[in-house]
Amino acid sequence: MSAYLVTVCPREADNHERLYLLAGDLSSEDVQRLTLELLHDPVAHTATWQALDAELAAPKAGALVEIAFRPGVTDNEAETILVGARHIGINGLKQAKTLRRVYVSDVQDEAVLRLYAGEHLLNDLIETAYITLEARSAERLQFYQHLLQLPAPHTPTITRVALRGVSDSELERISREGILALSLAEMQAVRDYFEDLGRDPTDGELETLAQTWSEHCRHKTFRATISYQQTGSDGAIDPALHPALAELNAANGATINGLLNHYLRSATDAVSNASLLSAFVDNAGIVAFDENYEISFKVETHNHPSALEPFGGANTGVGGVVRDVLGVSAKPIAVTDVLCFGYPDLPESELSQGVLHPRRIREGVVAGVRDYGNKLGIPNVNGAVWYDHGYTANPLVFCGTLGIAPRGSHPRGVQAGDAIVVIGGRTGRDGIHGATFSSVELTHDTAETVGAAVQIGDPVTEKTVIDVLLQARDLGLYSAITDCGAGGLSSAVGEMGEETGAVVELRDVPLKYAGLQPWEIWISEAQERMVVSVPPQNVQTLLDLCRGEDVEATVIGHFTADGVLTVKHNQLTVVELDMAFLHSGGVQFKLNADWQPAAAPAATPANVDHNALLKATLGQPIVASNENIVRTYDHEVQAATVLKPLVGVDEDGPGDAGVLQPLVDSRRGVVLGCGLNPLYGKIDPYWMALAAVDEALRNIVAAGGDPEQTWILDNFCWGDPKLPDRLAGLVRASAGCHDAALAYRTPFISGKDSLNNEYRDAEGKRVAIPPTLLISAMALVPDVLQTISMDAKAAGNAIYLVGLTHDERGGAVSALVGGIDNGAVPKVNLATAPSVHKALHAAIRANSVRACHDLSEGGLAVAAAEMAFAGGFGLNLQLSAVPTSTALSADALLWSESATRFLVEVAPEQAANFEAQLGTIAYAKIGHVIAEPRLIINDLAGQALIDSDLAALKAAWQA
Amino acid sequence: MTKVLVLRAPGINCDAEAAEALELAGATAERVHVNRLAEGSVQLADYGMLLIPGGFAYGDHLGAGRMLAVDLIYRLREDLSRFVADGRPVLGICNGFQVLVKTGLLPSDNVGQATLIDNASGNYECRWIKLGLNSASPCIFTQGLSGTLDLPVGHGEGRFLTDQATFEKLQANNQIVVQYLDQADQPTMDYPANPNGALHGIAGICNPTGNVFGLMPHPDRAFLPQHHPQWRRRGLDKEGPGMAIFRNGVRAMALV
Repeated sequence: MSAYLVTVCPREADNHERLYLLAGDLSSEDVQRLTLELLHDPVAHTATWQALDAELAAPKAGALVEIAFRPGVTDNEAETILVGARHIGINGLKQAKTLRRVYVSDVQDEAVLRLYAGEHLLNDLIETAYITLEARSAERLQFYQHLLQLPAPHTPTITRVALRGVSDSELERISREGILALSLAEMQAVRDYFEDLGRDPTDGELETLAQTWSEHCRHKTFRATISYQQTGSDGAIDPALHPALAELNAANGATINGLLNHYLRSATDAVSNASLLSAFVDNAGIVAFDENYEISFKVETHNHPSALEPFGGANTGVGGVVRDVLGVSAKPIAVTDVLCFGYPDLPESELSQGVLHPRRIREGVVAGVRDYGNKLGIPNVNGAVWYDHGYTANPLVFCGTLGIAPRGSHPRGVQAGDAIVVIGGRTGRDGIHGATFSSVELTHDTAETVGAAVQIGDPVTEKTVIDVLLQARDLGLYSAITDCGAGGLSSAVGEMGEETGAVVELRDVPLKYAGLQPWEIWISEAQERMVVSVPPQNVQTLLDLCRGEDVEATVIGHFTADGVLTVKHNQLTVVELDMAFLHSGGVQFKLNADWQPAAAPAATPANVDHNALLKATLGQPIVASNENIVRTYDHEVQAATVLKPLVGVDEDGPGDAGVLQPLVDSRRGVVLGCGLNPLYGKIDPYWMALAAVDEALRNIVAAGGDPEQTWILDNFCWGDPKLPDRLAGLVRASAGCHDAALAYRTPFISGKDSLNNEYRDAEGKRVAIPPTLLISAMALVPDVLQTISMDAKAAGNAIYLVGLTHDERGGAVSALVGGIDNGAVPKVNLATAPSVHKALHAAIRANSVRACHDLSEGGLAVAAAEMAFAGGFGLNLQLSAVPTSTALSADALLWSESATRFLVEVAPEQAANFEAQLGTIAYAKIGHVIAEPRLIINDLAGQALIDSDLAALKAAWQA
Repeated sequence: MTKVLVLRAPGINCDAEAAEALELAGATAERVHVNRLAEGSVQLADYGMLLIPGGFAYGDHLGAGRMLAVDLIYRLREDLSRFVADGRPVLGICNGFQVLVKTGLLPSDNVGQATLIDNASGNYECRWIKLGLNSASPCIFTQGLSGTLDLPVGHGEGRFLTDQATFEKLQANNQIVVQYLDQADQPTMDYPANPNGALHGIAGICNPTGNVFGLMPHPDRAFLPQHHPQWRRRGLDKEGPGMAIFRNGVRAMALV
């Protein structure tokens, strides 16, 4: 064995270099070839190489940091070097490591350098570094040798956990210290089961139960029986429109037998239609696209990992939800992302210990989403970014994937005797305890205890897995498929074999490196793995298909008929559990919810300068342009994006929705939108839920999607549901989802919850995120040529405001920058909202609309400004014409965020057609498009309340 | 011959849309994994045209296109050289362009004359840009085309870089086929009209004989009229702006 160091320097930049450690049976000539043919580009770089045993050539003088991934963390570039070496015929290369060297100028103090490196250059959780004011050869050599050290081989062992007869406090200790995240009642159930068996559980069995029973996998809170009480009443409620809310207002409170069944599934059952093919059952919701194809959609969160390692967390978040869609045998055709961060201008002094700065989290998360989606070649066509101080320690990362498959091509028929085949990435110690970790509250030292739960993705491996599995699907090679996500093999095999039984031989699982204990192999959440069930006669064909495209596929066992999950490692029995106990032996939680309405803030009348307030609101991060994020996402790949995320004359305006034409020979399309507003959630999660559904549907309708051919997904992110106040909000949000789905007749097809988004700092102070509900919507449209964009198109066209405005400035975003919050959260009128959406859609389908933009954060003022500067035309609008049910102040008309409202541009010759389509719903012509690039909004007396140059407004929005 | 080989490899991800565009242009497109060519179960010589699509071949980990270029050089050098020498059309889009440059097939038969490096902005960029066409170029994919062409780009390493001598040779031979234009329709180095900071706004080049063409922008994402971002403002064209390139390639393929 010999080892070498290769240094590659860019010709253009002098502050960073790349280093490679190469080890194996290598001659110096081999290293020269590796350097010249693989590692360096003669036009862009210079390169040197040397043996690691000699005195190392000194780098440039001064402070520097050399950074490498910690041993065991995925190093994709190093893996590629190994493949490349084989391609050029150098088979002696056994090990490669990559390092970045960064020169830091103007630092004389090592402590300062270390601080700087920690804050800006590396993440200690996954990376290790040599940090020095002046490099010394001996120290460097030691650092490099440490990086090349291989894990020590070990003897696989099974540890039994003494559970029989132990006390409750001991059970709790075992759960806590093992990061099992099981409650006392659950631990008691496990203890009783093994007492009946007359033996103690193995480490593998305890882990299997913890994974399968985890909040992440089983949604225990959403299945719990909840006793709900509230202080005060919601006032007069029409039980026909708000049945769930009316139920919560019963005198003695309400008992809810599972939020999932009682609210979400029941709503879907009530409004389901023939196009809905699968809801809440598979890895993703599925609906019919046309006679030949089906569309699937899933949205997941990856919050805790993104808090600790933003790039890796978001990266693997995208990778995971793409595998969900692959898990219903579909080709991924779009990704979406909705991101919630702390404010980027947060002073460093206000940051808690162990928490990364929101700017750094945002930068890493965006890069992680970009890297995975772009490398898979899946367009990112819809998303949103929200900011709130409550997300500083708990950022939220929602990632969605849309898929398409020939109808009926997803098999779900595991048979006893079918082989269990794991396909894709190798298994390492990464991602252990991800499923249970997601249910644990974050603290200042979480990073140290669950470091292994954080991972780096390998999108190219996942791409090759997609490539072979779609071929395997078309060849009918597998009888069932699932992704290896939370809980790893234990969950994947456990779920697939629930009705049959399974035998697994862990010795056969391909590993990244030696040193894993059997239970670690079994629950590792290493990325980029899928599990398929393969009838014996197809096994060889599948293995050949995979080998032909450099994809690793391995038979690790088979399904049985005995109803037992048996996991072996050679002679050792790692797990032997009844499938029935594994899947049904859990405990149904009983939880209490107690709703206390938030005290309404006193509206402080203020003399507001509306021009200044508009600029401030446009520049508020929640409203401001996300172009610097969206540009870095590929939204064109697959050549299906026919309404881009950025629209308008300069292709930089805020589009309401994305539209895809998935098939080249059919103009049938899919429209994607989303709704989210935690500011409303802080006031009342019930009305937040209605507003979120309405916003998602507004996005759809504004772009030309059919509100009656729309399906929605729920993603709840909440604090600790064991606290009655947090849980009460979750109950109300779920009730809102139910009532909205019924009123709009829009089924939920999939959902997910991420609870325990709480942070406890070093002093023990707890911070929960704001109650957050994301509604993602997917709609069909028969002809994409009938979809429209939000930018104003031509001077002389009329501008209509569709929908009624009320004085609802509770949670208004303008109030964050000097406007008024009157405490009145927008309340969707479920009696009228569905017909408004329907009528406007009819008008768009009748080709009477040139542009349409929905009113959301910032109300009329912001929507008008966006429509104008995106189109490059001015607008002249009259507040006196805005439709209302009672007289409102100009302030309310401008800034109210009432739901179900749209600004619509109509050409004069289409006005009669447009008005005829709208019929009796509330609307009015409030002005027109002007050639002069100004936004003019006149008050009730006809005086210009807002009169602003579009360039200035756009600059404020883009700042 | 009317069959086009659309090359697949680990990380290539624009093969499906490239094949669709070719089929619309009248060709038969077959998506073939590089391993099938290397093992000999599929012969490159049976095809009239080769298209190397976009993506992140082998993750682009050692520089965009580098690993697939190494793969082609070591496993398919002779087949590829013969294919090019026969005058058959070769089109590299985005990652495919990077591969052609790093194999040395572009600008001409030699590695190390030019490269594509990180965008000057440091960021991946997805946007539509305007290209100027060099009507004097021997490039068979742009024969008969002049004026401007709107196409989308999506890349992080698209900044074309070469030395002065090579640049002068490219210019003299009219191998510079497409350049990024500013609002006044002049080749530009300025962001964002030039999304990557490429030297002299160079977006795509061909070999001296014109049968090998590589470009960073994506004609394969611009073959339907509704792919264009401005159709709702300007009206719908008969077809997408990228189609002309595919039709030219298919026509040339039939003549070889």
